[in-house]
Formats: sequence, C-alpha cells, structure tokens
Amino acid sequence: MTMFSSRNWREYPQRYRMEAVKFKKSGKTYFPPRSIDPETGDCEAEMVRLPDLGKVVTYTVVRVAPSQWGDMSPYALAIVELTDGAKVFGQMTDVDVDKVTIGMDVRVEFRRVQTEDHHGVLSYAYKFVPKWW
Amino acid sequence: MKTVCVAGVGMSQWGEVWRKSLRQLFADAALDAIAKSGVDHIDSLYVGCMSGGLFAQQEHLGSLMADYIGMPGLPAMRVESACASGGMAFRAAFFEVASGAADIVLAGGVEKMTDCSGDDATAALATAADQEYEVFHGATFPGLYAMMAHAHMAKYKTTRSMLSAVAVKNHHNGSMNPNAQYPFKIKPETVESSVMVADPLRILDCSPITDGAACAIVCTEEVAKKLGKPYVKILGSGAATDTIQLAQRADLTTIKAATLASARALKMAGRTIKDIQFAEVHDCFTIAELIVLESIGVYEPGCAGPGTLAGETGLDGKFPVNTSGGLKSKGHPVGATGIAQIVEIYKQLTRQAETGRQVKKDLKVGMAQNMGGSGGSSVVHILEVA
Repeated sequence: MTMFSSRNWREYPQRYRMEAVKFKKSGKTYFPPRSIDPETGDCEAEMVRLPDLGKVVTYTVVRVAPSQWGDMSPYALAIVELTDGAKVFGQMTDVDVDKVTIGMDVRVEFRRVQTEDHHGVLSYAYKFVPKWW
Repeated sequence: MKTVCVAGVGMSQWGEVWRKSLRQLFADAALDAIAKSGVDHIDSLYVGCMSGGLFAQQEHLGSLMADYIGMPGLPAMRVESACASGGMAFRAAFFEVASGAADIVLAGGVEKMTDCSGDDATAALATAADQEYEVFHGATFPGLYAMMAHAHMAKYKTTRSMLSAVAVKNHHNGSMNPNAQYPFKIKPETVESSVMVADPLRILDCSPITDGAACAIVCTEEVAKKLGKPYVKILGSGAATDTIQLAQRADLTTIKAATLASARALKMAGRTIKDIQFAEVHDCFTIAELIVLESIGVYEPGCAGPGTLAGETGLDGKFPVNTSGGLKSKGHPVGATGIAQIVEIYKQLTRQAETGRQVKKDLKVGMAQNMGGSGGSSVVHILEVA
C-alpha cells in the first residue's frame, strides 16, 4: 500500500520527538496525544515530551514478517514502560532477539522503521535499544 | 423487548475455496439457512464482513448479497467490527427483531481471504490494530497475541504445554466437523515443533486464513413456533470496546472488552456465568482461548491453562469449549466467525451436531464470545434451547 507523505509527516511530532499530552486535572500522560482524558473528561492539557528510558513490559520476536520489514526479520517488538509511566509500543534494535526479556532496561533511539517498496517513503521513528552502560 | 429466536442456520464450505467467490460463499450459507428454517421470506439482512475491500476489492455488501440471495430490494447493510463483525451483525439482527421492527432477519457473516496474496491478507488483518502506533512499527496479529502470551506466562506460569492443549483439543473437535478447514487431529509435539511465527506462538497456535460464510435466521418466537423446527432463544446480547492499542491497557493478561460484553449479556439474560454450560470462544490464537475463559469468569485468572491441560474444556469435560473445532481447526474467515459460533451453539442445543462432536450431557444454555483485533471489541450472546 502506498504511504502518502502527508500521512508520514503528520506524525513527526510523535515519531521524531515523542510528543505526548499531560492532562491538567489527572496529571496523566497519554501517548499518542488525545483530545479528552478518558478518566476525567478533562480537555485541558499541555504538550510534554516522553522520557527516553524505560523497561520492557512484554515482548515478542516476529519471525514471519510483512514485506516492509523483510530486511529486519527476525525483529523483536516490545511494550516499554517509560520512567514517567507512559507505555509505548515499538521495535527493539541492536539486540540479540533471543536475549530480550521482560524487565530489560532500554533506551529510546531514533531509527529507520520501514522502507516502502523501491521508490517509496523511508519512515523513521523511535526504537528501543538495550541499556548497556 | 420481544423474545428473539434462532430458527435455522447455514454454512458454506470453509477452507481455501478457490472455486467460490465472496458472493457465492455468502449465497451458499444464506440459502442453506433459509431452506433449513423453512421461512418463506425475510424482512432485512445484516452482513458481517471485516474487509471485503482489502481482501477482495468489494464493498457495498448489503446490495451485493441481497441481490445474490434472490431478494433485490431487501433492506440490507454490512456490519464491521474487525474479527467481531459476525457477532455484531447477529446483535444488529437481534435488536431489529427485539424492537418489533421486523419479524424475520437474516444475520450473516462472510470473508473471502484468498483472493489476495498472503502478504496482502496479513496487511488487511493488521488494519484491526492501531495503524499508526502498532502496525507502523511492524506489529502483526500473531505478534500482538504473542506479547499477551509472554505477559500471561510471566504472571501466571502458563506453559507451552497449556497452549498446545488448546490446539490439540480444538483439532480433536474439528476432526468431527465436516465444515472444518483442518478436520484432523494433531499431537502436542506437532504443535511444539511447528514453525515459530512470533515467540512464543508457533504456526499451530494460530488460526488459519479461511474463505467461508455462515448465516442464521433470527426471528420472533411466534415465527419460530409456526415453522415447527427446533429453535433456540437468544437470552442475552452484550458488546463492549477497549483501547485499540494493546500498550494502552493497564493489564495485558486479561481482555476487558470480553469481561464487559459477557457481563452485559449475562445481565440481560438474568443469569450468571455458572449457568452457562458450554461456549464457543474466540481462539484466534491458543493464548486467546485461555485469556478469554479467564476474562469471562469461567476460570479464575491463571487457571484456564491448568484446566485445559486437565481436559476440563474437552467434549466430555465439565465446561466444553469450542466443540466446533474453534477458529483453530474450523478456520477463521474473520467476518463469518461470529455467526459460525452461533451456528455451533444452535447445533449443540438442538442436538444436531455431528456424531462424536455432540456433547453427551443435557445442554440448556450456551455462550458465544466473538472478539475484534487484540481485544479492542467483543460481543457475547447467550442462547437457550426452546
């Protein structure tokens, strides 16, 4: 399927900078941003950037991959809980896929996520790498 | 609300049905249900279909199907809730009859999944997940359920053997279902040596890509009585949604939409889960059957795996689950699955299930639980023999 460039750049604030919303009343952060806090009905929010450290909550290793990720297969996917409590879904990289574990410490980095066909859009966003230091 | 009944059911051939088109599959199931029930007309039609557009480049299914079941002019529409489209179409038909607006409604479901490549089918299925925040990053459905499986295994010590037990049981049941796509038995070691798709799920933990349709005649009790055939009553209908994105849920080891939908259906029925004797549940992956059984309260959290391993959900167990073979063995034409679950509950309650598959004990009340995506929606129906 063709990825229109507008569909890609529209998401830059989230994909490139991990911009989220923090609602005034509950103090809760949501990523991606939304217009209304489902817990309180509050619509007043400020933009915050998510922290870049977290832990793996759960994971899998995709070994039968869709064609856009053929060159990356097998790859690990994880749900990561960042230090502020926000949970983010994404790919792991720079990691031995057989060594990913629940509870693993990770850092957010900026990487290429998918390549569309021969002439298509190259899409970049956040990925998780193991914290090694 | 009026008492609403199911007075007949029908199914097309299920599998990789190269010779049949989207419309032909639906017509086969619809004409089968109409003939078996003996109704002389229907008042309206709901077609459950996840994505005629992406799988077969065909939308506008109300018009197409009304025409090809020989009833042009009929009020008809397509209902979509990803893999729960069939169950939601049944719910729409239930409400139309319950309200008194119609006496006889055809609730159908269909999916033609082999008119596109495997890669395109995977992409079409993935549209049931969050396109910008899951699929963009390489999420696949086996991958999403695999993440739930890892979380469940870590929290409750769920094992590989427990997952295998689900697949083995459902294939055992499906081996006696002439409509099943894969009507053969498998052994745990076959499951455990099959190709890894998304750790820890292997290919034999996954439901297949299937072409197929299923239909049910939903009508008032007066109509059902006049027809003089075995019928069942719809005691309750419940539906619910949850976040489409898995990461946004507080607990990854339960499916809240299934909990809510089942609680709502039970409330309407005036029953508790203890009154339900058997169920068809949405086993799109082996782990899904375990999580759903816990989410709807058949088992306490963490207990469905040990119970399945002990044979409690088998045909002779205390709570038979997926007597049809489930999505695993019978197949999973996504939009048709919810209706096919109703077909099985109807057959079991009216003792029309095939030899060997018919539950021996006396059955009065059964449940059908259908689910969309990674649990972003669920719909539950409770049926009682008339």
